Amino acid sequence: MATVQVERRELTLAEKLYIPEVVRGLVVTTRQMLKNAFGKKDVATIQYPEVKKVYPDRFRGRHRLTTREDGTVRCVACMLCSTACPAKCIHIVAGDRGGADVEKYPISFEIDLLVCVYCGFCEEACPCDAIRMDSGRHPLPSFSRDKQRIHKVQLLEDGVRSIARQGGEGT
Amino acid sequence: MSMGELILWGLVKFVCIVLGWVMLVATVLTLMERKQSAAMQNRVGPNRALIFGKKFPLSAFLGQILADALKVLFKEDYEPVNGNKWLHRIAPALGLIPAMLMWLVIPFGPGPPPGVEGHHWFQMADLNVGIIFIFAIASMSVYGATIGAWASNSAFSLLGGLRTAAQMISYEVTLGLSLVGIFMIYGSVQLNDIIWAQGDMAWGIVTQPLAFVLFMVAAVAETKRAPFDLPEAESELAAGYFTEYSSMRFAVFSLGEFIGIVAVAAIAACVFLGGWQIPWVETPLLADGTVDYGWLTVAQVAIFLVKMVFIIWLQMQIRWTLPRFRYDQLMKLGWVYLLPLAIFNLVITALVMYVLR
Repeated sequence: MATVQVERRELTLAEKLYIPEVVRGLVVTTRQMLKNAFGKKDVATIQYPEVKKVYPDRFRGRHRLTTREDGTVRCVACMLCSTACPAKCIHIVAGDRGGADVEKYPISFEIDLLVCVYCGFCEEACPCDAIRMDSGRHPLPSFSRDKQRIHKVQLLEDGVRSIARQGGEGT
Repeated sequence: MSMGELILWGLVKFVCIVLGWVMLVATVLTLMERKQSAAMQNRVGPNRALIFGKKFPLSAFLGQILADALKVLFKEDYEPVNGNKWLHRIAPALGLIPAMLMWLVIPFGPGPPPGVEGHHWFQMADLNVGIIFIFAIASMSVYGATIGAWASNSAFSLLGGLRTAAQMISYEVTLGLSLVGIFMIYGSVQLNDIIWAQGDMAWGIVTQPLAFVLFMVAAVAETKRAPFDLPEAESELAAGYFTEYSSMRFAVFSLGEFIGIVAVAAIAACVFLGGWQIPWVETPLLADGTVDYGWLTVAQVAIFLVKMVFIIWLQMQIRWTLPRFRYDQLMKLGWVYLLPLAIFNLVITALVMYVLR
């Protein structure tokens, strides 16, 4: 690598006097100050707790479980999501639903949000459109780790109803 | 007027001027500076401290000032283990007292015209040394910084203190010399007389434009703020000479600095912007030559405060616009450019006055 000699521009007399340049700088900052104080604000800050930014549609936020027409959980405890999960943060305990076409339901459905990497593999893997990450919310802070392990009840809080067909004919 | 009355009026004026106006402005400045810099830099600035969480006009302003005051009051007052405890304790007061003493000779409104006996209602004392008293007192404020720096037993503080001493001594020369032209033109060193003379002739900024620039540069350097904030250059020296200060003592240091800013603004308004003079408005006089006080006096005091606020705003604007000088540049600017310019200005003023006479 050869040394690159950068040609420095000679300062003009006005620049050497410094004061005109100071005035130029003051004009810039004053214009900006007046604009922000009295005119249209250039401020990009969002006042977070009061004002929230709307996330884009495909933002992967906190998970939620969807429900059927009758309000029961759509999840059939097939374990595909917990198998696909690279972080191993989904823990499902299956129970017998006692139905003819849908055999199982999750007795407990637990996601450890501190372990989750928000990759979206669970919603990709789900055959029933039962788990989604489209809540548009990010996990809230809490004072203990236990609070970040969210359960079925919390996952159902957003209570979205899915109308996708499930389990073949006649469901 | 008897001695007792004089002392009483002196106290009343002290309370009104120093506690009522100067301290108030200095306190509000701590917030306004942050708000102003925020507006200049497309930020919001402090807006979280509401009083009881209620939103009403100025609640964020008042809340922030109260919160700042409470914070500094309740913080731990740390004292360096191997420092000099007593010097460390009195240093902030040594910085604050000169800043407050400067206000002794600054007239807020019209006093009796030159050559007329009368009471100075808007000035604590019309000393015959006038503005030279301010320079004498201002040069004492360097002790607060250097003693505080030395007593802290910290390398950062000591460097900051050394820089303070060198910088303030260097720029004091220019500060004083830049005003000598004014003394020559208006024929007095008493601020009251200078302001009266500015009503008869022209404002200082018209007769001595170069001196105004020199004065402002030197004054910003004297108040130790950017682009001359080397004594507390936070990227090099943590906080400079008050690195080891916390709690109320830290606040007293910064309050002293803010009062210094207001004082510089007051001097500049008096000497260069005609003090309480309103352009093209004659101050009415009584038969015995003293001022006829009335509503015009209120307007004159108000216009003086407006001029002061304008100079304060200018100082703040400069502080948040320009980057810091390097130390050798600072010294070069002071001794190689400003001082010869001040002397040149003096010579030119003398020649012009000699020719015009």
